[in-house]
Amino acid sequence: MKAIQELIKRYQLASLLVLTLLLAVVLPLSLDIFRLNLIGKYLTYAFVAVGLVMVWGYGGVLSLGQGVFFGLGGYAMAMFLKLEASDPVTTAIQSTPGIPDFMDWNQITALPAFWLPFKSLPLTLIAVIAVPTLLAWIISFAMFKRRVGGVYFAIITQAVALIVTVLIIGQQGYTGGVNGMTDLKTLLGWDTRTNSAKYILYYLCVALLVGSIVLCRWIQTSKAGTLLLAMRDKEDRVRFSGYDVADFRIFTFCLAAALSGIGGALFSLQVGFMSPSFVGIVPSVEMVIFAAVGGRMSLVGAVYGTLLVNAGKTYFSESFPDLWLFLMAALFIGVTMAFPMGLAGLWESHVVPWWSKRKNKGKGGDAEPAGTDAAPPAAVAATAKPARQASADSALTKGLSDVGAQSAIPGSI
Amino acid sequence: MSNTDFTLAVEDLTVSFDGFKAIDAFNLYIDRNELRVIIGPNGAGKTTLLDLICGRTKASAGSIKFNNTELTRMAEYKRVRLGIGRKFQTPSIYENLTVFQNLEVSYPKGRTVMGALAFKCDDEVKARVQVVAEDIFLADRLDLEAGLLSHGQKQWLEIGMLLMQSPELLLLDEPIAGMSARERDLTAELLQRICKNRAVIVIEHDMEFVKRIAHKVTVMHQGKMLAEGPMEKVQADPKVIDVYLGH
Repeated sequence: MKAIQELIKRYQLASLLVLTLLLAVVLPLSLDIFRLNLIGKYLTYAFVAVGLVMVWGYGGVLSLGQGVFFGLGGYAMAMFLKLEASDPVTTAIQSTPGIPDFMDWNQITALPAFWLPFKSLPLTLIAVIAVPTLLAWIISFAMFKRRVGGVYFAIITQAVALIVTVLIIGQQGYTGGVNGMTDLKTLLGWDTRTNSAKYILYYLCVALLVGSIVLCRWIQTSKAGTLLLAMRDKEDRVRFSGYDVADFRIFTFCLAAALSGIGGALFSLQVGFMSPSFVGIVPSVEMVIFAAVGGRMSLVGAVYGTLLVNAGKTYFSESFPDLWLFLMAALFIGVTMAFPMGLAGLWESHVVPWWSKRKNKGKGGDAEPAGTDAAPPAAVAATAKPARQASADSALTKGLSDVGAQSAIPGSI
Repeated sequence: MSNTDFTLAVEDLTVSFDGFKAIDAFNLYIDRNELRVIIGPNGAGKTTLLDLICGRTKASAGSIKFNNTELTRMAEYKRVRLGIGRKFQTPSIYENLTVFQNLEVSYPKGRTVMGALAFKCDDEVKARVQVVAEDIFLADRLDLEAGLLSHGQKQWLEIGMLLMQSPELLLLDEPIAGMSARERDLTAELLQRICKNRAVIVIEHDMEFVKRIAHKVTVMHQGKMLAEGPMEKVQADPKVIDVYLGH
């Protein structure tokens, strides 16, 4: 029993369980399929936000170009779906049947070589992860080995986002240009636009997201996670303890890119199109805002942040389309100024202490009439002190051992 | 450069920052089991010398050989893996982690990304942490957050983090800064203990303390060596007196 409790605490399974229940049970039961599909779309952004928690919160490196990796994963999937939608029969009226419509409009008469792998689903699925990871590796290897970091890295990733967008829009014949890839209908003959398909894709998305969070949590609790936090705060100490700091940063950045790629692929599947508007600077910055609002140290918080900001975006952009961008900017500034650890930070600093205070009051009240002499003063002392101090005290008084444990692990929610 | 049987052989080492030579054709030879103290007025280049040896600063010219391996172009973490440990002037520890975790993270296993993912804190690691913690007088503080330690204890912890890696060469920059008299006594004893089977270089200003620990003293002045030898001899050297009194 104790071992299970330890495990739950260590991997923060309780908060993950609540999130899973919300996504897999509560939302599907309370929303119609149109709204649920919308939530599914938001959840694809949550993959990026979860990656940002690793790279920005834990790794201490802010990337303003995560949309690129989301887009690459999304385009890889969309290319496969587009090829399937462009079979010779349905495209018979084109001058070259069997190639995507936008190629035909751009006087391209044969499928370009780099499109060929996307005829195969296994190769496409590999590309969804491999292409973003490879680009991330190239960028991060070049930057981190040269010790480029902080603001400079953020600016460079933003430039990459701009370059990739310009490239996609400019190469209209190969990429569909500014319209992107539209009319994606079937996956291996399975119509992805039906309600049942939308449910299945939604659950696939939830399952993969929860799996990604578990994977990231496992990394956080390993020595690699400790080292990431250590090098964020004391880079030189880590370097002069025999670790190649750049390698760890490259790994984290590639991980975040791979997650973003998966999110992008799920986006193409659920929404039925992919376009440059999900690649550039604006979506990349928005994704940082999702992570910031949720809490950049909290994997679960990042998902809530994504859902809330997007729900707000949908609501406000319907009601006040002109004001939305200003609201978004104000939200980001407000969050960084007022509660830099986001919603998860508020939870940690306000809700958790309030809850344990209540729990302790109950305990102290029970103990007094029973006549135990040590417990009540200790309980009062522990609640009166800040959380950090309480953790030291609680080691002494066994009955309170669960009070400060959360604060002993840095950056937990 | 020819090979030697010194643990550390620094020859003709020069580093210039925009023409200013912080270290100027400097030579230094350290034996195994030796505890060398480097003294000198501010700006003499003491910390820069340690930076050059551990790789924090790149040398402009000259050679640094560690057990006859040339270091000057080697990446920092590789030098550490060869067995060079560096303590910084202000204690550099992971404040949010416990004393135990600080030592555990410094254990020389799981140093690659994949290694770190697979790393398990097994009995061997725990035993090593225990041994080192006793060495640095922190065995009863293992579960305490490192940020809550006193300044002197932080200095010890950083030394302990280096000892976890069993280095052959220890570079300690002002290890007793901010310590109480009692802590200094303990540190002197600690340094004498840990210089067995390795070479230790200490930068220190407190002459009383230097006298107690040093096997040999090197006096630096303006990036050059001014005098070298036992403390009594160096203290009596007119050049040294001149530099110290002149400032």
